[in-house]
Amino acid sequence: MIKVLRQKEWAFPVPAAKREVLRATPELDEGKPPVLFVPGFGHGAWVYHEHWLEHAADRGFPAYAMSLRDNKDATLRAYAHDVAQVAASLPKRAVIVAHGAGALAAAHALARYPARAAVLMAPVFGGVGTALRNPFICLPALFGGRLRLPASQLFSREVPASVARGYAKRLGRASSKAQWQLLRGRAPEDPVGDPPVLVVGSPDDRIVPDSAVRKVARRYGGAPLLFPGMGHDLMLDARWREPIDAILDWLDKS
Amino acid sequence: MTTSGYSDGYGDTGQATAWRDGRPVYDRGDTVCVIGAGPSGLTAIKNLKEAGFGVDCYERETSVGGGWNYRHDRSPVYASTHLISSKPFTQFPDFPMPDDWPDYPKHTQLLQYFEHYADHFELRPHIWFGTEVVKVEPTDHGRWDVTTRSTGGYGGERIHRYAAVVIANGHNWFPRMPAYDGLDGYKGELIHSSSYKDAAQLRGRKVLVVGAGNTGCDIAVEAAQQANRCWHSTRRGYWYSPKYALGRPTDQVNDTLLWLRLPLRLRQSLAARTIRSTVGDLARFGLPQPDHKVYESHPIVNSLLVYYLGHGAIQPVPDIKQFHRTSVELTDGREIEPDLVVMATGYQPSFEFIDPELLGMTADGKPRLAMHAFPKRLPTLMVAGLLQPDSGVFPLVHWQVVTFARLLRLRDTAPAKAAAVFRQLDSEADKRWTDAKVRGTARHWFEVSHISYLKGIERLLQEATA
Ligand SMILES: Cc1cc2nc3c(=O)[nH]c(=O)nc-3n(C[C@H](O)[C@H](O)[C@H](O)COP(=O)(O)OP(=O)(O)OC[C@H]3O[C@@H](n4cnc5c(N)ncnc54)[C@H](O)[C@@H]3O)c2cc1C
Ligand SMILES: NC(=O)c1ccc[n+]([C@@H]2O[C@H](COP(=O)([O-])OP(=O)(O)OC[C@H]3O[C@@H](n4cnc5c(N)ncnc54)[C@H](OP(=O)(O)O)[C@@H]3O)[C@@H](O)[C@H]2O)c1
Repeated sequence: MIKVLRQKEWAFPVPAAKREVLRATPELDEGKPPVLFVPGFGHGAWVYHEHWLEHAADRGFPAYAMSLRDNKDATLRAYAHDVAQVAASLPKRAVIVAHGAGALAAAHALARYPARAAVLMAPVFGGVGTALRNPFICLPALFGGRLRLPASQLFSREVPASVARGYAKRLGRASSKAQWQLLRGRAPEDPVGDPPVLVVGSPDDRIVPDSAVRKVARRYGGAPLLFPGMGHDLMLDARWREPIDAILDWLDKS
Repeated sequence: MTTSGYSDGYGDTGQATAWRDGRPVYDRGDTVCVIGAGPSGLTAIKNLKEAGFGVDCYERETSVGGGWNYRHDRSPVYASTHLISSKPFTQFPDFPMPDDWPDYPKHTQLLQYFEHYADHFELRPHIWFGTEVVKVEPTDHGRWDVTTRSTGGYGGERIHRYAAVVIANGHNWFPRMPAYDGLDGYKGELIHSSSYKDAAQLRGRKVLVVGAGNTGCDIAVEAAQQANRCWHSTRRGYWYSPKYALGRPTDQVNDTLLWLRLPLRLRQSLAARTIRSTVGDLARFGLPQPDHKVYESHPIVNSLLVYYLGHGAIQPVPDIKQFHRTSVELTDGREIEPDLVVMATGYQPSFEFIDPELLGMTADGKPRLAMHAFPKRLPTLMVAGLLQPDSGVFPLVHWQVVTFARLLRLRDTAPAKAAAVFRQLDSEADKRWTDAKVRGTARHWFEVSHISYLKGIERLLQEATA
């Protein structure tokens, strides 16, 4: 049901923050909608800058990649606010493509901004299940520590070890408050504006199991699009081209 | 004339499919007509479009933004206008204002926001600019014939037939001018606040400002800063809320109390105490005591008025008794000689293009509309934005038109259910949406408390969800 009364949000607005936004513009304006890439916790705009950003622009989509605010007290709501802020600042109604726990932030943002379409990749929608499944990653996070995301968990073996280590070194951390809220797993409200939602994942993702991906897909009334053999960080994996092409094909069609 | 848009059988190129009084009528099928591309009209286009309706909007000006476009000849906005409602209450619920904007943005930012909204959701192709609606008439099957012509009356008139009409023509452009004895013979300069644009109009002059709505208070403050002398005439006492209380925008503090579900009485006494504890008893400046409790009059939000009263730069005076050739006589017997009188006495709604009876218009010019939006027994007609909330108005208008779009759909998908919802609405034409009992003055009949109103909308939306 639509939530019209939002007193708490009105009374306590999310404070402003600086947000990094990278962009790649197609050479020719083909009238395609802007695509906004949202990273997961510990990740930043750079993960899309590696391959996807330029690739989307080459295929005619004005492409943007954002980082969530870098603030140790940030809440999940602040991250959702960040997504809605950047989406609303774009020239046209945007498509939101979000990854990992960023997909949950985006799902919350979809209730506050009528995206043209949304893609949730390897979505981490939280709840205790997430913690139980990944105790070594999550336990330290609970106590304010860094999300420990070893390279072996994030990429398939096809990514050369040195490259994978380089990526893993660049990973940061989300605020511990937001990590807590992730584990509490408040379900997002329904999206406004009825956008088509595509859920993408990999059965070989060591962080988000198949069942979790399917559960999120069911919530949005569909079946997930799966890329076997790929790791959690689809946009950095050796076969990064396959998922992004599938996503852009889906956008071209819908 | 600037127009943009379709070639799919629109206008002269299409075939006339019906006739009205011997003139061709171009049938626009299931398309909905929106009158006005101010904030209310824009959100109507956006939300109808989102619900899958075709939309044609007519706008008499050549650009969007309505009253917030300072260049529009009917804009009530003056150069210094800043919001009185803080951002969270003013932005559309699905299109946040940039969070690095101030708590109370300026009118130029508001215009930027509405222009961006129009571009972002690609609304401009739906708008026929420089085109004025001159007549809206019902025809069979709940459909409407809308007569338009280019603004200023050049060129011929054209009639299009629509499935539904949203009237979003604004209510802050037609001056409410009180009558006074002796006004005709008055030789001084007298304007309505609608023609007040810039502080240069006040510089070096003795100015009398009449009315303590937000316009009157803003202009009195500008006169305190710019004019030689400023008298401020009010016919009763008010609560002057500061823009900030307890370190936050005042409306955000208010909604904290509402969120905590404090009862009205307690909220009133807390608000009164907060105001009293900061500015004290205004009677010491010569102002009358408020003749009502907090929340019983449209809120005045102005931190500077009291400041300038305290500096003697604004001199409070009572109501005007009558005008003489060169002076103004007040009800306390005093006579003053201003160079300029600014009547900030508000605006009144005006619907010159539709039979007033269709809107249930009373003798004193107030339409009778359920939720201040839905006329009786006319499910395909609505008025958007005809309300005055104790907060920002745009979120309320957003939900009004979202609801209207739902109701229109429901008529197709579940006619019996739709009929039941409309019957219920018809019985609520006189329902008011204020928590406190507001004063009965001319401007207060469409005052609403945002929470009560939105609760009403939420309920209606639920009923309209098939
Ligand atoms: C000085 C001032 C400050 C305000 N500050 C605030 C504030 O802080 N917060 C807040 O929420 N509200 C505020 N308001 C109230 C409200 O925001 C404005 O009145 C707002 O402009 C209302 O939007 P609207 O679209 O309903 O009407 P308008 O902005 O008046 O737009 C109506 C449009 O319809 C067009 N139109 C009219 N008739 C026809 C016709 N026959 N054919 C074709 N087109 C037509 C007009 O040209 C215009 O563009 C303020 C109002 C004033 C006067
Ligand atoms: N900065 C801002 O954001 C801003 C600025 C201006 C306006 N606004 C909004 O715009 C709308 C219109 O405001 P407004 O101030 O122009 O008009 P308004 O709210 O209608 O206020 C009119 C004022 O004039 C008085 N008045 C009316 N008729 C009178 C008469 N015959 N004799 C003496 N006094 C008379 C009223 O007194 P009563 O109290 O007795 O009715 C009231 O004080 C409101 O919604 C307002 O909030 C916002």
